[in-house]
Amino acid sequence: MIALLDYDSGNIRSVEKALRKVGADVERVRTPAAMQNAEAVVLPGVGAFDDCIGALQRQELLAATREWILADRPFLGICVGYQALFERSEEFNSCAAGLAVFGGRVVRFHKSPGLKIPQIGWNQVRITQPDCPLYRGIPDGAYFYFVHSFYPAPTDESLVATRTDYGDDFASSIWRGNLFATQFHPEKSQENGLRLLRNFVEFSASRG
Amino acid sequence: MLTRRVIPCLDVHDGQVTRGVQFGRAEDGRLQSVGDPIALALRYNDQGADEMVFFDITASAHGRRSMIDVIERAGDCCFMPLTVGGGIRTVDDMGMMLKAGADKVSINSSALTNPDLIRAGAEKYGSQCIVVSIDAKRVQPDRWEVFSAGGRNSTGLEAVAWAERAVTLGAGEIVLNSIDADGTKSGFDLIITRRISESVGVPVVASGGAGTLDHLAEVLLIGRADAVLAASIFHFGTYTVRQVKEHLARLNIPVRMQ
Repeated sequence: MIALLDYDSGNIRSVEKALRKVGADVERVRTPAAMQNAEAVVLPGVGAFDDCIGALQRQELLAATREWILADRPFLGICVGYQALFERSEEFNSCAAGLAVFGGRVVRFHKSPGLKIPQIGWNQVRITQPDCPLYRGIPDGAYFYFVHSFYPAPTDESLVATRTDYGDDFASSIWRGNLFATQFHPEKSQENGLRLLRNFVEFSASRG
Repeated sequence: MLTRRVIPCLDVHDGQVTRGVQFGRAEDGRLQSVGDPIALALRYNDQGADEMVFFDITASAHGRRSMIDVIERAGDCCFMPLTVGGGIRTVDDMGMMLKAGADKVSINSSALTNPDLIRAGAEKYGSQCIVVSIDAKRVQPDRWEVFSAGGRNSTGLEAVAWAERAVTLGAGEIVLNSIDADGTKSGFDLIITRRISESVGVPVVASGGAGTLDHLAEVLLIGRADAVLAASIFHFGTYTVRQVKEHLARLNIPVRMQ
């Protein structure tokens, strides 16, 4: 079973449907206790960093998620679920501390003439770790759907699985052991996104 | 590289796609074939649409409920970005649409009546999902004003100034609909599109006036739009999304081809 952390994130339904589409046995999970039987955890997220961290904290999912990750159990973070892994965000008025699993901050795209922020639409990923299980069968330069103004800047360069160019050349996804996280939305990225989710589901099953 | 988006717009009335209010002429034979929003969404999904906009033209409580159903069903079969507009008046309305599977919500008249709705929505759900849609009309040779209630009432607001204010309040995207060009199939209003696109720091979606492939290219190249939205050329089968993208690609406009 894949535990989809349910803290009322806006994209939970889409992520749930996409995981089902690729054959996953998904359960919405609202408590740490319900996570324990899972073979993998998916942390979705859209919107403001502090709201997401706050909601996770209220449901006591924050500490449980951190423990899950530190035990190197299969994990996928999406969008703010990716950003939450870092120390803190530069988002306006943000004061929440992230999971701090990795060093680095969540930063805003640097302003430059003609660059629209948020980035909204389909952009390409440059796969920097070709053996990353998430990208099996997905070509270098594949398009995914992005909708964000902020992105994590990991201090540990070796985490980076893909890079994407939008004014800044940023880490559009990361991989470490059994953990994966993407800034883009696989659940909204048609064939490429479904392939990525299927890869994650199969990877998790192989670890189970 | 971030590509320019091609976005079909579906005007939904009572759970069925209808031609928008702007298309006055009855074209019954062709209309019947494009009635079901899910069938249309699937078709555009297959054609490589970059996003879809569902617009509730009834804008009533009943319309909102049937819209939630449409979004949920579209999300069940199309794993792509969906935007919902029409009849969204409160932060709770926004939440319902996002929960149903929409990625962005589009507000127009309700933002004019209550600009604070933009701020409240952006604060709760993030700027990236708050779209402000603007109906603009050229009222003097060099002045465009914002109209509300589907283009019926003048607000007296200057269009660029309103777009800038909406973005300051938290809008993450602007949809610019030209009242003059809408439904004419004679091309987008390039001047006001470019002015707004160059004044605001967020993406601008051009809407209203698409008739030919070159119109779509023009508003991206000359109008500096980040995306194009069209309804009738797709619904009536004049062009497929793929044909549009192939044309844009030939002109070296970055588009996502599948």
